[in-house]
Amino acid sequence: MNWFPLTNSLRIAAISAVIVFFVGIAAAYYIAKLPRVVKGILDVILTLPLVLPPTVVGYLLLLMLGPKRPIGLWFLNTFGIKLTMQWWSAIFAVTVVVFPLMYRTARGAFESFDETLADAGRTLGLSNTYIFWRIRMPYCRQGILAGTVLAFARAIGEYGATSMIAGYTPGRTATVATEVYQLWRTGDDAMAIKWVMINIAISAVVLLTVNLLEKRTAAKAGR
Amino acid sequence: MLTVDIKKKLGDFQLDVHFSTDREILALLGASGCGKSMTLKCVAGIVKPDEGHIELNGRVLFDSRQKIDLSPQERKVGYLFQQYALFPNMTVEQNIASALRNLPREQRAAEVAEKIAAFHLEGLEKHRPAQLSGGQQQRVALARILASKPEVLLLDEPFSALDSYLKWQVELEMMDVLKEFDGDTLFVSHSRDEVMRLCDSVCVLTRGKNDAVEPVRQLMDAPGTMGAALISGCKNYSRAEKKDDHTVLCTDWGVTLTAAETIGPDVTFVGARAHYITFEDIGINRIDCRVDRVVNDTFSTIVMAETPGGKTGYSLIRLEVEPELWTAMGDPQEISIWIPPECLLLLRGE
Repeated sequence: MNWFPLTNSLRIAAISAVIVFFVGIAAAYYIAKLPRVVKGILDVILTLPLVLPPTVVGYLLLLMLGPKRPIGLWFLNTFGIKLTMQWWSAIFAVTVVVFPLMYRTARGAFESFDETLADAGRTLGLSNTYIFWRIRMPYCRQGILAGTVLAFARAIGEYGATSMIAGYTPGRTATVATEVYQLWRTGDDAMAIKWVMINIAISAVVLLTVNLLEKRTAAKAGR
Repeated sequence: MLTVDIKKKLGDFQLDVHFSTDREILALLGASGCGKSMTLKCVAGIVKPDEGHIELNGRVLFDSRQKIDLSPQERKVGYLFQQYALFPNMTVEQNIASALRNLPREQRAAEVAEKIAAFHLEGLEKHRPAQLSGGQQQRVALARILASKPEVLLLDEPFSALDSYLKWQVELEMMDVLKEFDGDTLFVSHSRDEVMRLCDSVCVLTRGKNDAVEPVRQLMDAPGTMGAALISGCKNYSRAEKKDDHTVLCTDWGVTLTAAETIGPDVTFVGARAHYITFEDIGINRIDCRVDRVVNDTFSTIVMAETPGGKTGYSLIRLEVEPELWTAMGDPQEISIWIPPECLLLLRGE
């Protein structure tokens, strides 16, 4: 059995989860401080990928990154790199689709943070960086961890936008999701079922992790 | 030396305070929502005033005209929060050490050990805040604050998070800490008793505005304003009209009374503390009352007396009597009470 779709899916999901972890946290942290109207607008824009069909996201990405489109063309001319139809092209799609999950859970976690802890830190002379990484993040870690794991789970399952921007090339851009579609299309039920089972197993484990994390958070809050 | 002169608008609420204090314990006394905590937050740099000037030992912390606004980190203030704000993910040791991050490692460890000993926290070094009692939490918070070597202590209702049986012990410890501390202390409270026991001076805040700073004893003896009298625990009031320099018509009580002090033109209320009202005939300021009701309190009998002014508004007078005395008096329906002229509080309204 060729395991490439699985390893490819995992590396795409892992890299996307790392990107989304930092960008999502930064967005959640800074947007929370903005005036309410600006916050409301940004909130809608950043959550949009969660509800848009992945094909719409994929289409919008192609409008920017496609080889004849502004950004894609510039990269092609400057570095000789094509941004689409590579295994890592899927990262663009997955990152955008998964971002709202991280952003919203991180925001929820930050909103539950007791701001007097930060105030206390500041009056004690602690730097804002120290307060963020050593006080705020540990306080919110379970919510943020749950968001990251959820984002990773969704990243493995991304199909629509990925198939548009990275396509399906066996051994190069195939992921578990695109592999299943391909196997169904070619009528290879035996293999399709195997991949479906693998996908379900991974997702179930990840969701179980999220649930355990949330239970621990609830137990902590109830104390 | 701390000087505060600031204004801040928040919706309908307008904070407008100015006071200064020099190496003493100054109480900011007021009902909840009067702007006490907001004032502390402005001094600490957590909240930015709209305009004004804050100066600490010759350093300007905030000045709207010179556009100076030091960060909380630069202000050297020790802020004790109501819930203490200990970092929940850190041990007692780490909490204290966090205030000493600028020191080299060995020196830091030595200072932490010194604070642990000074605040009787031995054996709790590796505990987390959630494992500590309220009193222990407060000791850790104070140790952490003092480790940061502040020039002013800002104490925000330091006993409000404690169970009442713990309060006294913690208060005694607080007295020791404050005695040791070399600098200004602002003590925010709504309890006149705490203020009386712990503070040198007091500044009463009413709806964002403050009265002049005065010695605590004076607040109890001559509160001056209605707001100060209310927060100082006085329970009996009547609207008043000045007759001459020493007599005043108390309209709610329906009597004319004599005051020892000269009555100023702006006196619009009088007050009388239950504690000073007497059943002894002192020959002056007698009020004949009907007993409206009698309430048995823990150690005293509270008598609500209906004055000649009737039962409306402020006209009922609250008396506190020893239960034995009240029984000896035969649980009367009609009583005469006397308010000593030197105990009649002359008050300016708002």
